[in-house]
Amino acid sequence: MAILIDENTRVVVQGLTGREGQFHALRNRDYGTNIVAGTRPGKGGENIESIPIFNTVEEAVKEEGANVAMTFVPPAFAKEAVLEAAFAGCELIVCITEGIPAKDEAEMYDIIKKETNSKLLGPNCPGLISPGKSNVGIMPHEITKQGNVGVVSRSGTLTYQAVHELTQLEIGQSTCIGIGGDPVPGMSFIDVLEEYEKDDETSSIVMIGEIGGSAEEEAADFIKNNISKPVVSYIAGVTAPPGKKMGHAGAIVSGNKGTAQAKMDALKDAGVNVVSNPTKIGNAIKKVI
Amino acid sequence: MDLFEYQGKSLYQDYDISHPKSSLVKDPKELQELKGLSYPVVVKAQVQVGGRGKAGGIKVANNPDELIELGNQIYGMDIKGHKVEVLLIEEASEILEEYYLSFTLDRSAKKYLMMLSAKGGMDIEQVAKDNPKDLVKLHISPSEGLDKKDLDKSIIEANLNQKYKNELSEIISKLYELFEEGDCDLVEVNPLAITNEGVMALDSKVALDMNAKFKHENFQILEDEIPIPEEEKFAKEKGLNFIKLEGFVGIIGNGAGLVMSTLDVVAEHGGSASNFLDIGGGAKSETVSAALEVLETDPNVKSVLINIFGGITRCDLVADGIVKATSGKKLKWPIIIRLDGTNSKEGLEILKNNPNDNIFISENMDEAAKLAVESGV
Repeated sequence: MAILIDENTRVVVQGLTGREGQFHALRNRDYGTNIVAGTRPGKGGENIESIPIFNTVEEAVKEEGANVAMTFVPPAFAKEAVLEAAFAGCELIVCITEGIPAKDEAEMYDIIKKETNSKLLGPNCPGLISPGKSNVGIMPHEITKQGNVGVVSRSGTLTYQAVHELTQLEIGQSTCIGIGGDPVPGMSFIDVLEEYEKDDETSSIVMIGEIGGSAEEEAADFIKNNISKPVVSYIAGVTAPPGKKMGHAGAIVSGNKGTAQAKMDALKDAGVNVVSNPTKIGNAIKKVI
Repeated sequence: MDLFEYQGKSLYQDYDISHPKSSLVKDPKELQELKGLSYPVVVKAQVQVGGRGKAGGIKVANNPDELIELGNQIYGMDIKGHKVEVLLIEEASEILEEYYLSFTLDRSAKKYLMMLSAKGGMDIEQVAKDNPKDLVKLHISPSEGLDKKDLDKSIIEANLNQKYKNELSEIISKLYELFEEGDCDLVEVNPLAITNEGVMALDSKVALDMNAKFKHENFQILEDEIPIPEEEKFAKEKGLNFIKLEGFVGIIGNGAGLVMSTLDVVAEHGGSASNFLDIGGGAKSETVSAALEVLETDPNVKSVLINIFGGITRCDLVADGIVKATSGKKLKWPIIIRLDGTNSKEGLEILKNNPNDNIFISENMDEAAKLAVESGV
C-alpha cells in the first residue's frame, strides 16, 4: 500500500529540461520510479534520455497515463505550472520549487481546492518516497528502507535525519513525506496523518515539526480524536531565537501558539511521545513496534 | 522584510492612500531648511521596534525652533538598542476618531484576513483579549479578493462612523490593493483615523514578501535602505543565512530545520550556539569556505560544529570547501564534522586524505554535538 505514491504511480516532470529537474528525474527513474514524461512548452516531440517531452501536462496525461506531477519550474512560473497539472487531472502534484511568493501560493491552493480534485504537496518541499516503490522528489533514497513507519515532516533535511535514524535501527518506512515549510503548504500534517491512519501498511507514525505557525497544534488536536496508531514526534527550535513577530496582527492570529513548548505540550496532551532530540526518534519508535 | 514607517508610507503614495504630508530627515542639519510644512508637526523616530512613543521617540513641534530642538533631541537617540538615524516629520492633523485595520495571511485558514476595530490608537492585542467582539475579522478568498459588500458589512459591524463609510471603504480597498498586488505579508494601520481633513492612514506597519522581489523593482531599493547588523553583513554578502547568537559553539548546517535542531542538541549537552548559519540547499564548496570565514570574525567562538545531511547538497563539495578553507592553517578552534546523505562516503574520504590536527569526524549528530560542547568549554 504505502500512501499517495506506489509502484503504479506514473510521473510527469514539469521542468524536466532544467538542471535540477533532469538530475532528480533520472535518479528517481534509476530507483525504479515510473518517470513517464516531461513537459516544456515548445519542446514537445523531443526527449531526454528517452523520456518523451510534451508541450502540456494534458498531453502527458493522455499519451502516457501520467497521474502525478513533479514540479521544478522557477518561482515566477510555478503557479501556472501547478494549476496546469491540476486542471490536466493529475491526482497529486509535488511542487519542489522554492521561493514562490506567498500570494501565488495562497491563490493556487484556493483554486485547486475549489475547482479540482487534485492534492498538492509543497511548494518548497523535498517531496515524498514510498521506499522500494516510488520516489517523487529530491530525498536521497539510499537512507530509506521499506517498512511500516509513516514519516511526515515540515523540514527537508530533518526528514532525512529522522529517516536515517530509523533505517540505522533496521526500521523501515511505508512512506516519507516532507510537506514543506512555506506559509501556505498544500497538504498539511492533518491531511497526511489521515492517509497514514487509513493505510494498512503503516503501523506507527513519526511527525517532525518546527517553531512558527500553528500546524503542529492543529495536528495534535486531530491526533487526539482521529489517530489510533502510535505517534512519535520531535519539534525543532526549542532554543532558536524568537522570530520576528508579524506586527500585532500576527500575534493576534497565532495567540500562544507557535513556540516549541506550546507545540510539545499540545502533542503530549494528545498522547504523542515527544522526544527532545532527533537522534532519539529511532529508539522511541522501536519501543512501540 | 519589515519596513520602516516612512517606507510603508512611500508605498501609500504609490497606491494613492491618503496620509499626512511629510518630510524625511536623515541628517539633523536638514531640520533648519525644512520648508512647506504647516505647523504643528510631529517628529517621529524611524526605528523598527515597538513602544517608541513611550521612549520619547515621538514629539509635537509647534514652530521651527521647536522642530530643531526636538529633532536634535530624538536624532541619535537609542530606543531599545535601535539607534535613530532617520526622522519622519509629519503635519499633525486634528484626530476625531481612531480605528485599527490590518491585512495579513491566516496560515491555518489559508486565506487572507482583514481585522478592523473602532478601538484604534491603543494596544490592539489587549482589545483582542479583553473584548474580542470589538475586533471584526473577515476572511478573504485569495482567488476572489476582497468583496465590497463584505467590506461594507464589516465597517458597520465594527461600529465605525457611518458618516464616513464611503471614504473608509475606499481607503480600506486601496490598502487591500497594496497588500495583495504589492505582495505584502502584512499591512497594519493603527490608527486609521478620521481627521479634520478626512480619513487618513496615520501610521504604517508593512512587511514585504521577499519571494516576490522578482515582481517589484522597488523591493531592492527598500531593502538597501534597511541597515544590517555589522556582524551579519559579511555573511549576507556571501549569500548565507546567518544570525548571531550569544553562545560559544559555532554552527554550520544545511537546511533551517536541521540547523535549528543542531542548536537544540548542543543545548541539550550543556553548550550554547554562537550563531545560526544555514548554507542552504545545493551549496558549493565556496559557500562552505565562506561560512567558516564568517565564524572566524566572531571572537566568542570556541569550537565549531559542521552538521550536514546531504540531499540536494553534496557532502563531497562540503568536504572540499572545508579543506580549501583550512588546509595548511593552524586553526583557532577545533572543528567537529558530521557528514551524512548524498556523497557522504566521498566527502569523508576527502577529509581523511587531508588531515588537520584540529579537525575531528563524528559519526552521528548527537555525538558530534557532545564533542563540540566539550572541546569548546
